[in-house]
Amino acid sequence: MNPAGSRADELADAAVAGDRRALARLLTAVENRTPTAEAALRRLYPSTGRAHLVGITGAPGAGKSTLVAALIAEVRAVGRAVAVVAVDPSSPITGGALLGDRVRMQAYASDDGVFIRSMASRGHAGGLAATSTSAAIVLDAAGFDLVLLETVGTGQSEVEVAAAADTTVVLEAPEMGDEVQAIKAGLLEVADIVVVNKGDRPGAQRTAAQLRAMLTSTVSPRVAAADGAFAPGDERAGSGERPRPKRPEVLITTASTGEGVPALLAALDRHRSAGREGLADGARLARAEAQVWAIVSERLRDRFHGAAAGNVTASTLLAVAEHRLDPYTAADQLLASLTGGRAPD
Amino acid sequence: MIPPMSERPIKILIAKPGLDGHDRGAKVLARGLRDEGFEVVYTGLRQTPEMIATAALQEDVDVVGLSILSGAHMTLLPKVTRLLRERGLDDVLVTAGGIIPDDDIPALEEAGVAAVFGPGTTIAEVAAYIRSHVRPPEG
Repeated sequence: MNPAGSRADELADAAVAGDRRALARLLTAVENRTPTAEAALRRLYPSTGRAHLVGITGAPGAGKSTLVAALIAEVRAVGRAVAVVAVDPSSPITGGALLGDRVRMQAYASDDGVFIRSMASRGHAGGLAATSTSAAIVLDAAGFDLVLLETVGTGQSEVEVAAAADTTVVLEAPEMGDEVQAIKAGLLEVADIVVVNKGDRPGAQRTAAQLRAMLTSTVSPRVAAADGAFAPGDERAGSGERPRPKRPEVLITTASTGEGVPALLAALDRHRSAGREGLADGARLARAEAQVWAIVSERLRDRFHGAAAGNVTASTLLAVAEHRLDPYTAADQLLASLTGGRAPD
Repeated sequence: MIPPMSERPIKILIAKPGLDGHDRGAKVLARGLRDEGFEVVYTGLRQTPEMIATAALQEDVDVVGLSILSGAHMTLLPKVTRLLRERGLDDVLVTAGGIIPDDDIPALEEAGVAAVFGPGTTIAEVAAYIRSHVRPPEG
């Protein structure tokens, strides 16, 4: 067996057996996308899919890390093992990062049922690091019942976490926006649960009421029928060709005191049971799709920049940069060069 | 884009053991090392040696940087290095900074602290030291 393979088996087996040092090293290999990591993920993947993967996302300062810390306390109280992958942004200029999410989660140093890992986004846009999903797979294999994926502080359109997680929690702070913000497309649309955090602040109740009104009321079939989408009164309205919008639960928490956190955990469990009954098949397929296409595109890029094709790729990119070639023709030419065929005319 | 192996960022834990509440230095250092291209995990004030060792293990850092101004360095720093060794983290580079008298440095080095950076050390000096002393990452 090749060295990466045997090293991978060793690390993977030790991580699954509860060796936290091996688990941490495997996560580093995953982050660095080494051959060892790939071999280990091949080995571990078939035994995963047991953990509940929960995405926690929201604007910077909404209280994601504090809520994660409060969730850890709640989950440990019922004896379940919990892992956290907390992502913070990398500098686009130096590549450095300040990973500060642990500050609020340090109380569990001697608890073997808690494992926290910070990750830098390393240039990946979308709210997670490119390797966050793989990290979650490893933590699933290591036996954690709940894996919390905390995104970078997000804006309106970093919705990637919804494909990575079984359940997506979007955090809002009180008075963050009016009703029009609540009906814009984007982050709120992918929420399975919306949490208005800092519930002790003025305006929390009003914000939650507005979000509930805008998110949980769907357009009535009668109105929607006017644009020919489906027949009036059709209960399955929108479930056919058009994806149906989610109708998230809206909860209020005060993460700093733990208020409302038991209700959030109960809502997570409810969403998970619903998912097990088949409602989340689409989500699982979306995750598989995102994972596989990410690997395909990564491998394609590696091939185009590899020893055999590197020069052709560089000169093609230069031609586009100098406007001698349009990007579509360039892409066709590169794809054709892979198979030794010719670009379509 | 996948960075080449040689450009993988070095990961550093910056921690403040002990009970003093002065974390300005640690924060300035964390920020400065970020700007030097390191991935810096910052864990905040009043960390026990246990918390520091657990964070170092879970984060699989290359370096642990300890900032201490309370005067308890002779007790706390050897405890951190001992816990790191016990958990198999003997290849982690441990450095310290803050207010540490020169007379104490040999004993700390004996306990496994690789370098002590006193007041006036520049971020660039710390960064250069780390780059030249961290083990190369494994495949």
